Amino acid sequence: MDSPVIELRDVVALLGNFPALAGVDMTVAAGDVVLLQGPNGAGKTTLLRLCAGLIPVHSGQATVLGVDLAQHRSSVRPLIGLLGHATMLYDDLSVAENVSFWGRLAGVGDDQVGQSLARMGIEDLQDRKVRVLSAGQRRRTSIAATVIRRPQLWLLDEPHASLDAEGRDVVDALISDAVASGATVLIASHEHDRVAPLATRTITIAGGTAWPELEESHV
Amino acid sequence: MRDAWLIARKDLLIEARSRVVLNQVAPFALLVLVLFGFALDASIETETLVRFSPGLFWVTVLFVALLAIQRSVALERVDGAFGALRLTGIDGWRIFVGKSLAVTAQLIVLEALLLFGIIVLYGARVASWPLVIIGAILAATGISVAGSLYGVLAVGLGVRETLLPILLLPVLAPVLIAATKVFDDALGTAVVNGWAWTSLLAAFAVAYVVAGSLAYGMILEDM
Repeated sequence: MDSPVIELRDVVALLGNFPALAGVDMTVAAGDVVLLQGPNGAGKTTLLRLCAGLIPVHSGQATVLGVDLAQHRSSVRPLIGLLGHATMLYDDLSVAENVSFWGRLAGVGDDQVGQSLARMGIEDLQDRKVRVLSAGQRRRTSIAATVIRRPQLWLLDEPHASLDAEGRDVVDALISDAVASGATVLIASHEHDRVAPLATRTITIAGGTAWPELEESHV
Repeated sequence: MRDAWLIARKDLLIEARSRVVLNQVAPFALLVLVLFGFALDASIETETLVRFSPGLFWVTVLFVALLAIQRSVALERVDGAFGALRLTGIDGWRIFVGKSLAVTAQLIVLEALLLFGIIVLYGARVASWPLVIIGAILAATGISVAGSLYGVLAVGLGVRETLLPILLLPVLAPVLIAATKVFDDALGTAVVNGWAWTSLLAAFAVAYVVAGSLAYGMILEDM
């Protein structure tokens, strides 16, 4: 049996002195699409950022893609595609230049830029400065900058936010493509009705803890 | 060094597109030179500006350096780009070198402009071009690496960008003193051994590069 992509055992993570995650147990297998649901402030974003290696593990055991986060959390980051609230773009560069920059840092050549832009339906915006884009267009550019890195694990925080109907369909297709290519996906979203059909499992996060008795399996 | 170069190139490309340094910082620098001229009232003693031109030059460089460093930090602070750089997994020291290279390049351009300014506006005369060029490059390097380090430190501490000068000025004081002595010799305004002070500038630059390379990554991790 393949090792789990994510394995968390009684994980505690602090934001300042506040236990944003207060003992999370969670296992995610390869190819899973997991919907993380829960109220605002439950710890969904913190959980995603911990799995991305951006937040230290205060206590407990956390392994992502075979990497012990307590010891080597920085080494898991290049394998992760994190889509958060910030779009992480440079306003004075064009769409293509932004995607190219993040791709090059990941060792991906500029020949992949056009493909990433086309997947997000923004190839006609490639020469436009990010500064003049709408919120939805910025979001798509941010996703393209993540797509080009071909991550093994996608961590998506409200991926449909700011997107129109077409953009939402593009994101849904992107999630399906990611799984088809062997990636694993965690999605934190309030849009249960939209995301649940794409997910293999739903985990409820509340009070910084995962509630397995509330877990739904869609398999 | 490839990653460092990519980051430096990105910052310089942003500057080429936005022209903040060219259209805002450079005019400000020249304006400061002019105001110094009025403040020292060269009509009374024409050699005053020439005599004090090295010091005035480097105080002006300090002002514009603070703007350039704050701009460099702001590029990553807006829209979570620091977090994105962390996600790439590249070593902190490469980010530090890349950011510092970009600021150094911009400072060298500004120093060239200001040198032209003190020659034209103050009547300064260059006695040793090698000393001017080497001194300017080493000082720009020392200022930019120290500034890049303290810039990310200020972000990590969560302080307002207005506190960056308070953090940075004590660190830059030795660089500015040494650079002024170098220019005193290079412009013939005082009898000093400019090359000895150039060695000190080089030592400062090396020290700040080492300190920054070691500390930058740790500071980023604590964000």
